[in-house]
Amino acid sequence: MGEWEHFAHGADIGIRGRGRTLAEAFAQAATALTAVVTDPALVRPAEAVRIECRIADPELLFCEWLNSLVFTMATRRMLFSRFDVRLSGDELEADAWGETVDVPRHAPAVEVKGATLTELAVRQEPDGRWLAQCVLDV
Amino acid sequence: MDLQGLERASEFRWVIEPTSRMRVPAVLYADEPLIRDMDDKVREQICNVAALPGVVGAVYAMPDAHWGYGFPIGGVAAFDSEQGGVVSAGGVGFDISCGVRTLLTGATREDVVAVQETLAHELARAIPAGVGSTGRLRLSEEEMNAMLTGGARWAVARGYGSATDLEHIEERGCIEHAKPAAISQRARQRQRDEMGTLGSGNHYLEVQWVAEVFDEVIAAGFGLALGHAVVSIHCGSRGLGHQIGTDYLRDMALEAPSFGIHLPDRELACAPLRSDLGQRYLGAMRAAMNCALANRQILTHLCRDSFRRFLPAADLRLLYDVSHNICKEEEHEVEGRRRRLHVHRKGATRAFGPGHPDVPESMRPFGQPVLIGGSMGTASYVLAGCASGEALALSSACHGAGRSMSRHQATRQWHGRQLVAELEARGILIRSPSMRGVAEEAPGAYKSVERVVDVAERAGLARKVARLEPLICIKG
Repeated sequence: MGEWEHFAHGADIGIRGRGRTLAEAFAQAATALTAVVTDPALVRPAEAVRIECRIADPELLFCEWLNSLVFTMATRRMLFSRFDVRLSGDELEADAWGETVDVPRHAPAVEVKGATLTELAVRQEPDGRWLAQCVLDV
Repeated sequence: MDLQGLERASEFRWVIEPTSRMRVPAVLYADEPLIRDMDDKVREQICNVAALPGVVGAVYAMPDAHWGYGFPIGGVAAFDSEQGGVVSAGGVGFDISCGVRTLLTGATREDVVAVQETLAHELARAIPAGVGSTGRLRLSEEEMNAMLTGGARWAVARGYGSATDLEHIEERGCIEHAKPAAISQRARQRQRDEMGTLGSGNHYLEVQWVAEVFDEVIAAGFGLALGHAVVSIHCGSRGLGHQIGTDYLRDMALEAPSFGIHLPDRELACAPLRSDLGQRYLGAMRAAMNCALANRQILTHLCRDSFRRFLPAADLRLLYDVSHNICKEEEHEVEGRRRRLHVHRKGATRAFGPGHPDVPESMRPFGQPVLIGGSMGTASYVLAGCASGEALALSSACHGAGRSMSRHQATRQWHGRQLVAELEARGILIRSPSMRGVAEEAPGAYKSVERVVDVAERAGLARKVARLEPLICIKG
């Protein structure tokens, strides 16, 4: 199983995902992104949105994935709680499952402006698991 | 911060002489407690910025500096295009042209207190704030382009405010050389429903009162009177600016190797001023500045409407509007000669001294108003630029208190409802759609704004004019 966590950054917040595969680490980091805004357990996976990105650099692809989610959250006024991520070379295809923001129920704390290149890392750990992390601007 | 390697040049000025790849010194303005409190990352980041191509003079950290991305927040650096200077998307930040606008009201604190509940309710209803909120305006592609080149002038022409407002806005409400064509479809799409929205996080609209005047002459010149109410709006270029920052940070990171620029960290991604990418970013960033000015102008209009209903005698006149996340071309004397430079101010406020031609004529004898936002429930300050600031830090001052605690720590320490009740008992009404958001913005999660502005004044960056205390705070 993968896992996610937040890490401290002065004014903003860091997100980190870990998994048995790189795709799982990306998906876990996306859950960490949602958790910056609200409790992911409050978000019903009612509707799927397809997200595709392509960059020939694993770290920048990770940022692009998060930023595509931020864009989708902002323009569709949605929150997401389940992520099916598929990676193939420099291409990412994912289905993000979620629902429209419900302010009283989700009590969203803050909007995410974007994923930065600060503390950006995508790597395989000595134990063979994958890690993906960066700082979000909120 | 570890003070080793820092030379204390004066009580409030700390210097790191160039070492390794640094091209210029790094200078921090702080007293000893503030500098000891600063993250070591501030030092690492200003030293990295001091190593970028074409940087001139020195790189500066303001008294409220803290760890940012690329540049520290509270960082100031100028680049010369003739010396291969660069522009950095991280040096401006995602919230391009985030800034503060303060309005005089002509009403007194007592006038506001008499209608405080109803006015708070009305403002919370009228001002779209928080995640998922939308403005009432939907812009066509043509109108979007007009807004991106016209800024607050566009908003005034559409009936939001009056021409006299423009005299009291940086660049008279319109930033020249904006290039809407340099903005992605994604950025436009993100802005479509967000005109006239406040956003979230540390953004706010506050009704405040002038609780203390430090300089009576300048306060009178700015129209500030003890006991009178004012309104301050803190927000930026909304989704458009966030997406422009996102797009160009990625493009600069991808193209940096082709420019032959050595980056100690990818977060410093930048492009030469004299490159197609650098010029496109500058054009897009200026358009985002116009978006921020238009946004604050629309919010002003909404606020005036609310006041008209409950305090009809109030006359909301603009004191000033100044941004603190920008890169602007300015003339400064550096290394013995006047030069046109691209000055990045990331979480730092421009602070031109008396007589500067870019200060509105009516306020020119006093210096440019420098608007310092406090954290929720704490004081804000009006400062004035002073002549000494030019040589000390390219006419720059602090922008706020700066966080001292992460959002996560804040939510463990405070509960939103309890904070709202405590502040209400002190006569401050908080209205926000998110109690978790309120907890994350707890006053105790920020440094003391008093200490920051005291140091800014004593260091010679700006003069204290007045202290503003909150009465109503609308938060996202």
